[in-house]
Amino acid sequence: MELDPVLIARWQFGITTVYHFWMVPLTLGLGLLVAVLQTMWHRTGNEVWLRATKFWGKLFLINFIMGVATGLVQEFQFGMAWSEYSRFVGDVFGAPLAMEALLAFFLESTFIGLWIFGWGRLSKRLHLTVLWCAVIGSWISAYFIIVANSWMQHPVGVEMIDGRPVMTDVWAVLTNNTALAATSHTIAGAVSVGAAFLLGISWYHLWRRRSDGIDTVDDTGRVVVGEATDVPGRDKADYLVWWRSLRLGAWVAVFSFAAVALTGDIQAKLMYEQQPMKMASAEAACHDGTQFSVLTVGDLNSNRCEDVTPVIEIPGILSFLAKGDFETDVPGVNSLIPEYEESYGTHMPEDPMYGEYSGQEIDYQPSMFVTYWGFRMMIGFGALAAAAAVFALIVTRKGTVPRSRFLSHLALWGITAPFIANSAGWIFTEMGRQPFVVAPNPDPSGIDGVFLFTAAAVSPTVTPAMLLTSVCVLTLLYGVLMVFELKLIIQYVRGGVASAMPELAQRESAKTRATATGDEDDVLSFAY
Amino acid sequence: MAEALPVIWFILIAVLWLGYLFLEGFDLGIGILMKTFARDERERRLLLNTIGPVWDGNEVWLITAGGAMFAAFPHWYASLFSALYLPLTLALVGLILRAVAIEYRGKRGTSQRWVDGWTWCLAIGSFIAAFCVGAMLALTTTGLPLDANGDNIGGPFAWVTIPAVLGGVGTVCFSILHGLLFLTLKTDGDVRVRARVLATRWAPVLLLPLVGWVVWVQVQSSGGVLGWSLVVVAAVAAGYSWTRMRSGGEVSSFLGQSVFLAAGVTAIFTTVFPVVLPSSLDAAHDLTIHTASSSGYTLGVMFIVAVVAVPIVIAYQAWSYSVFAKRLTVDHIPPAHTVPAAIRGHASLTV
Repeated sequence: MELDPVLIARWQFGITTVYHFWMVPLTLGLGLLVAVLQTMWHRTGNEVWLRATKFWGKLFLINFIMGVATGLVQEFQFGMAWSEYSRFVGDVFGAPLAMEALLAFFLESTFIGLWIFGWGRLSKRLHLTVLWCAVIGSWISAYFIIVANSWMQHPVGVEMIDGRPVMTDVWAVLTNNTALAATSHTIAGAVSVGAAFLLGISWYHLWRRRSDGIDTVDDTGRVVVGEATDVPGRDKADYLVWWRSLRLGAWVAVFSFAAVALTGDIQAKLMYEQQPMKMASAEAACHDGTQFSVLTVGDLNSNRCEDVTPVIEIPGILSFLAKGDFETDVPGVNSLIPEYEESYGTHMPEDPMYGEYSGQEIDYQPSMFVTYWGFRMMIGFGALAAAAAVFALIVTRKGTVPRSRFLSHLALWGITAPFIANSAGWIFTEMGRQPFVVAPNPDPSGIDGVFLFTAAAVSPTVTPAMLLTSVCVLTLLYGVLMVFELKLIIQYVRGGVASAMPELAQRESAKTRATATGDEDDVLSFAY
Repeated sequence: MAEALPVIWFILIAVLWLGYLFLEGFDLGIGILMKTFARDERERRLLLNTIGPVWDGNEVWLITAGGAMFAAFPHWYASLFSALYLPLTLALVGLILRAVAIEYRGKRGTSQRWVDGWTWCLAIGSFIAAFCVGAMLALTTTGLPLDANGDNIGGPFAWVTIPAVLGGVGTVCFSILHGLLFLTLKTDGDVRVRARVLATRWAPVLLLPLVGWVVWVQVQSSGGVLGWSLVVVAAVAAGYSWTRMRSGGEVSSFLGQSVFLAAGVTAIFTTVFPVVLPSSLDAAHDLTIHTASSSGYTLGVMFIVAVVAVPIVIAYQAWSYSVFAKRLTVDHIPPAHTVPAAIRGHASLTV
């Protein structure tokens, strides 16, 4: 069997990017929450907030580095595996990447180093400021990378010269409506990940305290806080760390999920205009109509309309999602394909650039299975997590969590829900772009002539064997690193606050250590 | 202005690579020295903590150099990165291992297996990254078998050439020396003394491959007055650095070494100018600053961004170095980090 370089290169990009985007939303979301916690400590001086900052900050760092390390691959592989793509889009796509490095990565990386090592060395106010700088840096970087991505979804600010898009208006690129919608949607989604993380882990510790008999409830169900003096960190302040983290996480989750829904709606309406095929495919909507599919069965994988049957449909909802009313027909796959064929041809050009795809018939329909289920998993898991957050707020209103092992496990596993929703959303939107890497937008929503087929984007002389080598090496490496990251996170979570603040475990004894100068302040307050 | 922009961007890219080699040079060197220089766990932790607060910011110079190449010279970026597919994959593995090792190594400081494993990752990852980046920079001046489209048609291993190996080994050796000199500035006590002795003894050997690479490039593309005078500057700076080290002048020695690096890199970049990536098959396929660059508009926009951002970046990075300017000794290193097992408490313990 002849191996298809395009397919391997796509798998590689997919694997490395989805993996990278497990770390990134947690960095974005948890970073914000840690900064909020440290701000509370700064304002109140209450040790509870300090402990929360240290504990969540430690988990934040364990995850942060994985995002940094896997991010390197992202920037390199455009040139490595997708050189034709890089040549085609270079004039407009490289700019946001370079801006990201200059305006965001430097800020993020330099100030995170200052924050990690700055405990006790910088003034409290300055130390808080450097954390905010790092968090803001990470958010700016999210914006720039989504500007780059959105240009592939909705090319703007360019003119075609000699068959390549040449940037004419950087402002249009930076204020691309798709980018603004997608950035807010992504950031809201990232905050929901951070919030669910706080909620799930705090729930576990409150449950642990209850099941160990430290905290109890009185007749009215209200919490009675206790303490276990000989267990490191299990004092009354410890209860407050988890209780406040839980409530903060739950409230932030509720609001961020609302923001996710709102921004997602804006983005979807843009998408129906800019990439109607993506949305039609996500709906498995073969014919024009107003109905939203709740369940469609059949062989979605075949990608043929005659093989799928909508089972449950709600009239009007699709029109509402797409246009904001309940009547307008939304075009289906069957009516879109002729339009695409008319605009972009029925066959790939006869050109060596297209490799094996040269002269082949073009399938304009993205994978129906992936887009249909990707879209539903995104919404489904998001909604599930939102409901869980509301449930958590109600159940814990009397000061602690129930003594149910099942609910505690559910809270921990619930952390994965927003992660799944995030991944599913990205897989849906990127797979829904196929067969294009730069998607053409029908008039008047975009510049119709700017597009590039994925088949023409790979590096011409990078062989399938080379691609296979790198995809195997990177997947293996990522897999092993995932084991180590989870191992560390689980260990630090189990250890509670004391794992991030060893001084809690050694309150009275051995707190100081003699140094050359005899000055205890000389010992680094943080060291690798 | 429009005529000058590709030249300005060429200079900026060279500056970014120089910044990367200068800053990450000692990070990578420290990584390699973790396995070769440090004698015990306390020394290893001391070494790691000299770069602890700053290494991540240093690495961004690499990302920026790559991103700026993509933005300003997309054809250079595309041809070079795809032609070096395998060595860059290797470099990425090295960089990933190294980054994760720095952060994770001490997170279970009481487990010897954990710590040792990550030390290896750090040392090997640093070595691989230094070698591959050096090979890549060497090849962008000595050339690759590129066709008219700028694609490498010499197969997956076309990059295995003498200049590439020279550049790779040169960068590794330079990083080790740079790391030793960095230690003389950042540490005190036994480590400082040993680093100085080693640097003095090995400097001539460690700088040799890099000098060889610079001279190779000059000979190959007939460097001219500018190229050769820069080589002379580099040689003088290296000699100065060495003599200062012998008499214990650590700061001036480090500065001399920096001038050596700057002159050497400039010599390499200027010699092939205006070519950015020569084709070893046909000079007509050479990528130059004109054929590889983005439009004047894009270069102009990015120029403004760079002019505003780079000085600010340098300012806050310099500040971060000043915050952590104090020399470290093994006595500054706190005990290994312990993570309590899952904490449990029982009803009988409650108050």
